Amino acid sequence: MAHVPSAPIVDPSLDRTLVLNMGPQHPSTHGVLRLVLEIDGETIVRLHPEIGYLHTGIEKTCEAKFYQQVVPLTDRIDYLCPLTNNLTYCLAVEKLLGLEIPPKAQWMRVLLNELTRINSHLVWLGTHAMDLGAMTVFLYCFREREDILRMFEMVSGQRMMTSYFRIGGLALEPPLGFFEKVKSFADRFPGNVDEYEGLLTGNPIFQMRTKGIGRLSAEDAIALGATGPTLRGSGVDIDLRRDAPYTGYENFKFNVPLGKDGDVFSRYIIRVQELRESIGMVQQALAGMPEGPIKADAPKVVLPDREKMKTQMEALIYHFKIITEGFSVPAGEVYQAVESPRGEMGYYIVSDGTAKPYRVHMRGPSFANLQTLSKMCEGQLIADVVAAIGSIDVVLGDIDR
Amino acid sequence: MPLAPAITDIEELKSHPALARLLEWNPAIVQSAKFDRDELTLWIERGAIREACAILRDNADCPFNYLADLTCVDWYPSEPRFEVVYHLLSIPTKERIRLKVKLDGSSPVLESVTSVWPAAHNYEREVFDLFGVRFTGHPRLERIMMPENWEGHPLRKDYPVEGYR
Repeated sequence: MAHVPSAPIVDPSLDRTLVLNMGPQHPSTHGVLRLVLEIDGETIVRLHPEIGYLHTGIEKTCEAKFYQQVVPLTDRIDYLCPLTNNLTYCLAVEKLLGLEIPPKAQWMRVLLNELTRINSHLVWLGTHAMDLGAMTVFLYCFREREDILRMFEMVSGQRMMTSYFRIGGLALEPPLGFFEKVKSFADRFPGNVDEYEGLLTGNPIFQMRTKGIGRLSAEDAIALGATGPTLRGSGVDIDLRRDAPYTGYENFKFNVPLGKDGDVFSRYIIRVQELRESIGMVQQALAGMPEGPIKADAPKVVLPDREKMKTQMEALIYHFKIITEGFSVPAGEVYQAVESPRGEMGYYIVSDGTAKPYRVHMRGPSFANLQTLSKMCEGQLIADVVAAIGSIDVVLGDIDR
Repeated sequence: MPLAPAITDIEELKSHPALARLLEWNPAIVQSAKFDRDELTLWIERGAIREACAILRDNADCPFNYLADLTCVDWYPSEPRFEVVYHLLSIPTKERIRLKVKLDGSSPVLESVTSVWPAAHNYEREVFDLFGVRFTGHPRLERIMMPENWEGHPLRKDYPVEGYR
């Protein structure tokens, strides 16, 4: 938990300003984010985010687990995109091990990762619009999100804490009827995006609340470490899916939308366009889904199929050994970065050659983006803070870890 | 796909723009280098880290203008105990590089890089909070995750996973 400053952050000689506490239980802070605002009338003089209310010490916990036991912990970091967390962690460990992943598993990873991005952006869009007073969008967004959560439940058995990607591939074969369900969703989803846009993009009230608000120049965005749509909203052209492709993204065609103004509205436009790009990638993944195994051929690392365990002695032995003593990973270190819905999500893993990671560090995109909030809000009105928080799409689980 | 052996010879790695620039500036500050699993790591002399970062950021052909991550690893009980790790990204060329600084357990202090990248502000606070590494020149080095009156630094290896009871 973050501390309470013992002395007010204001300069007592300036008897003009007032310190206002926003959060940690404010509905627009999307979790337990506390903002200490120093205000002059209704204008923000200084803004100071206080974090740590959701700190769970996941990095420390990881050091006491086997490599495969860390996968379910990663779901709980950025709880709006659990599969992206799974993916980043698995890619990092696979890089440490030098494992090659079969094409079907890679394409499934892209497919589900893009569905996760849509899921996350839908939660963002709904709550962001609701913060600004547009209630209907929230209901529409959560209607489609429910469809995506059902698909996650189909493949993994869980709606949110999926843990579906495992080191070396996937946990299970996708069930019968899964691809048809994704296909019908992907076919109707562009129409849904038109629906959201019809409610917001041309809406004069929404435009007044977002255009020219929370501006961030490209130089400031880079210097303050902004990432993802927040960085692209300021016109900086970077998307790790295109620039440092992983898990087969080089086989997909997509555009990287860029903003010009660096304000709340351009971040909104970018995310809405990303919804369309993502559904395009889902369609490509469905059309080109290769056949084949879903797990790498590495019996010492990947759990055997249930059927093999009943008929083959070796499979049973490997299963027993992986479960009881884990698998050792060659000493070394990797930093694996992935484009999550919020920006660069990086896992830095240090291995000392044993079955437990020596150090796991998660570089959360929200942690980086939060630092831009002061720059966006200073000199603006209190009401615009709500718009600015929504536009950087913070997830507190990702910040505090 | 078997792992290629790591390259640790500085001469062999000299073609990398970041290493070339640092060697051109001051060869004494690069203690060692390693190229492993497609990632380049440079160990930098403790006193030179801020200047080295500034030089890499302002490098003309390959400016490492983005601080992607800053963290620390505790190698307790061996000495030097701490390694502060910087992950830099060059947005124009998409190159990545990792810098490391070794610190003794007795005086884990080094210069802050907040003047080079303001983004380092929260990362350095986090490393201070969870590892007890101090950064000189940081504008507000306070605990960020743990309460202000917390004792100890939880991510140190001599701190029990279950905490003190």
